[in-house]
Amino acid sequence: MIPLVLLRLTMLAFLIAPYQPGSKVVTVTLDALESRFRNGRDTTFVVNLWATWCKPCVAEVPWFENLHRRPDSLAPLKVILVSLDTPSDMQNVQRFVQRKEITADVVVLNEGKPHKWIDRIDTTWSGAIPATLIVRKAGGQRTLFEQEFTDETLRTTIGTVQRMNP
Amino acid sequence: MMIRILVAALVTMMCIGTSTASDLPDGVTVGDVAPNFSLTGVDGKAYALASLKDMKGAIIVFTCNHCPYSVKYEDRIIALHEKYLPQGFPVIAINPNDTTIVPEDGYSKMIERAAEKGFAFPYLVDPTQQTAKAYGARRTPHVFVISKVKSKYIVQYIGSIDDEPNDPAGVEQKFVEGAVDNLLAGKTPEPSFTKAIGCTIKWTKP
Repeated sequence: MIPLVLLRLTMLAFLIAPYQPGSKVVTVTLDALESRFRNGRDTTFVVNLWATWCKPCVAEVPWFENLHRRPDSLAPLKVILVSLDTPSDMQNVQRFVQRKEITADVVVLNEGKPHKWIDRIDTTWSGAIPATLIVRKAGGQRTLFEQEFTDETLRTTIGTVQRMNP
Repeated sequence: MMIRILVAALVTMMCIGTSTASDLPDGVTVGDVAPNFSLTGVDGKAYALASLKDMKGAIIVFTCNHCPYSVKYEDRIIALHEKYLPQGFPVIAINPNDTTIVPEDGYSKMIERAAEKGFAFPYLVDPTQQTAKAYGARRTPHVFVISKVKSKYIVQYIGSIDDEPNDPAGVEQKFVEGAVDNLLAGKTPEPSFTKAIGCTIKWTKP
């Protein structure tokens, strides 16, 4: 009897839960990203540099989505998934976002030749992905990680960066 | 107090096995002596800088099987070897990835890929990753052009092959060709350092 009630409740919850098809993907320039950082006050921006063709990047996207949904003690925090797919691959990115039901911000970088803008993201970045940039203090503090994360190491790393320079 | 917090934070970072990009091995910069190596190729033979004998230099490419950007550049790497081997600058390809992380980059898969594509250049495996660390390779593909100055090999160019990985037709600057052409003409490469998008090297986890 009880399991039947539970099943009905689950079905009801499913029916009333808002349909979340995933974020709308837009293109962004580095200038626009920088202005978001500058207006960020005490927000910690977690900027993941990824691409749909990069397997280890795709593998860690769920951890960034989890972080976006439940920042917990790391708030105020903003996750931005910056895709390095070419703007002509926008549809691929949008399909990926819908399939994975990603609700965090996803943008496709619209800049020219990478060798001209890689240093603007961070001078310590070689251009290898996956890479994650943590931006704090309205753009004044940046730390770049050229590595993969797990759900746990992503959170502990952000916590460490926040504690290093409170 | 501030320093103590900082040290504590760094220790925490080390414990959780994470480090910032600036903590990755620096490797060489342009003008440094090229680190020597002795690595096995897909033909089973060992290769070292001494194997270059009568060559003027080499185009060392850290690359691998699996990385989509390495794949995009395969034909251009083959073309570089065809063009510059006769002029004394052969390609030497080195795969630095931990193959337990990416089985596709394993030695037997390298042999298969080299045969499929008809690599005429050595395709070497760097199982300890010491060569990648000594050079400071950070991504695949990542190129180091070296040339012989007196009796030593000197690093002359570090960076990407050209400025357009996705579409060979959209290339505006062929960085490696420019660097080697300059060296052949007795000039210094300009630019001597570029960055590019690529795959992270799959470092063995400590």
